[in-house]
Amino acid sequence: METGKKKKSPMQWARSRKGQQILISIAFIAIPLLLLFVFTYLPFGQMVKFSFYKMKYTTPADKRVFVGWKNYLDVFRRDDCFGALKLSLFYVVGAILQLVLALYLATILSFKVKGGNFFKGLMFFPYLISGIAIGFIFKFFYTRGFVFDTILQWCGFQLDNLPYWLKDQKINNWSLVATSVWRYFGQNMVLFIGAIMSVDADLYEAADLDGANKFQQFIHIILPSIKTIVTLNVILSITGSLSAFEQPYVITDGANGTGTYFVIMNEIAHTSQKVGLASAMAVVLLLIIFACTILQKLFFKYIFRDAESEDESYAAKKARLKAEKAQKKAQKGVA
Amino acid sequence: MVNVGKKSYSPLGILWIIVEYVSLIFFGLCAVVPVISCVITAFKTSEEYQQTNVMTLPESWLNFDNFTKAFEAANMGRAFLNSVIVMVCVLIVSVILGTQLAYVLNRFKFPGNTLIRNLYLFASLLPAVAMQVTVFNIMSALHLVNSLAGYIIMMCGTDVISIYIFIQFMENIPVSLDESAIIDGASYWTIYWKIMLPLLKPAIVTSCILKGVGVYNEYYCANLYLMDKKLHTIARCLYTFVGPMGSQYNLICAGVIISLLPALIVFILCQKQIYSGIAAGAVKG
Repeated sequence: METGKKKKSPMQWARSRKGQQILISIAFIAIPLLLLFVFTYLPFGQMVKFSFYKMKYTTPADKRVFVGWKNYLDVFRRDDCFGALKLSLFYVVGAILQLVLALYLATILSFKVKGGNFFKGLMFFPYLISGIAIGFIFKFFYTRGFVFDTILQWCGFQLDNLPYWLKDQKINNWSLVATSVWRYFGQNMVLFIGAIMSVDADLYEAADLDGANKFQQFIHIILPSIKTIVTLNVILSITGSLSAFEQPYVITDGANGTGTYFVIMNEIAHTSQKVGLASAMAVVLLLIIFACTILQKLFFKYIFRDAESEDESYAAKKARLKAEKAQKKAQKGVA
Repeated sequence: MVNVGKKSYSPLGILWIIVEYVSLIFFGLCAVVPVISCVITAFKTSEEYQQTNVMTLPESWLNFDNFTKAFEAANMGRAFLNSVIVMVCVLIVSVILGTQLAYVLNRFKFPGNTLIRNLYLFASLLPAVAMQVTVFNIMSALHLVNSLAGYIIMMCGTDVISIYIFIQFMENIPVSLDESAIIDGASYWTIYWKIMLPLLKPAIVTSCILKGVGVYNEYYCANLYLMDKKLHTIARCLYTFVGPMGSQYNLICAGVIISLLPALIVFILCQKQIYSGIAAGAVKG
């Protein structure tokens, strides 16, 4: 430490341990931080600023009109903006069904079943298909008289009694939600299987010996040990539902009352070029997402004290290791 | 004691086993039927497609006409090339930048360390679609619109999950390794390059698979920033089918199947890594 205070030539400083550490830190951090700034924080700042202006992308900087809070008021006043938020409720319901389904299947697959890996693969694969391909697959799937209708006819339904899955406003949002569930439930399931597998296998054996059936095992062993990841996913699914975008964007393009908040925002930004209003919409949604995230933190802090304290001991251990390391370094410095 | 060797099934147990398999088969079918219907249609000639029901099997499973037609119509060869270029560049750059950043954040203590971590944490909350409202403006200002390089730079810049995977993995690499290397006179660069990078291999594989799938399937930004036909990636070039060929589903399905074949192959080859990647990415994601 004392050596640092003495005046050294830059070359000497660069050769010292401390100097090397600083140089390599700067070299390693500079580019990622620059990218982070240019593609996340600069746009974020611009977004907040633009939300107070009436402007297009092509409007030169001096022609933009400052409109104060008008854009924000419009977000809540315009039916197409605020009404679209209500559509998220469909997606919230879908997301919860999806989690229940994923948990159910994950439980089945965690015990020994024949062909378990095969089924797991089948159900997971949709997650790897691109959104646009899914769009085509399901446009085809839901078209009148096509795949879905044919299957229902096999099951004894009459074609005349079936609705138009993508046009009928009573049902079309559910059709899109089902697509979203189809795409993501396998991913959720794999996640839950991972969590269930990390439970000590002895617990199941002991439970088996005690004569507990699978349902009891689920309630008393599996559920308590994965409640953290389940809750995390419930909260994530709420923020995910608010930002539902891909399915309506590629399948219906927001037609017939299926335009979710982001579909409308995308249209306002890139088609009507009302950049100010779109920015205000984005900021409003970000605020809601932050609120959810804070709630999540509080929830984990006060409801899941146990899980948290584990984390704390882990953090404490890390801090101790770090302190030891620092001490060693200091000793080396003295020597 | 009689029951120890052989497991006896109660009626309830048998019922449960039936329910298990019925659910697995039902939801397994739900997952594949939409894709299967696409495969069936992709093998049909236009007349067949118009005259038969969509779920009727095609006359010939060797009719690859739709595939070649779709491949040419959407210029998929070029699109595959572009996708490969984008993927290779994005993966290399983001692995290098990600591991370097993770190395510094995990191994060195300096003022601002927590701040940087929090900046990334905060960035992970921002939904990509919302950000594009103003990222578009910046991309235009930097003249990065309609250029493959611009798209690649943007994709590298918005990468948060893999940094977490690297940091997490690095926490399990003992610091004593670094220390003994330092005693041997190794520079920090040598430690990063010769010790950390090789040890991080599993994490790198995981993040490459996750990010690779993400990049391969990304279409929203590609649609926004790559207008030129020569620059289309695979996901983007599927849009070609929206306009004039909008109702020729036998062609569209063939295009869709072509586009998801690489994902299927990677999935069959790397199932394990993909599953563990999902678990790793979810902890902080």
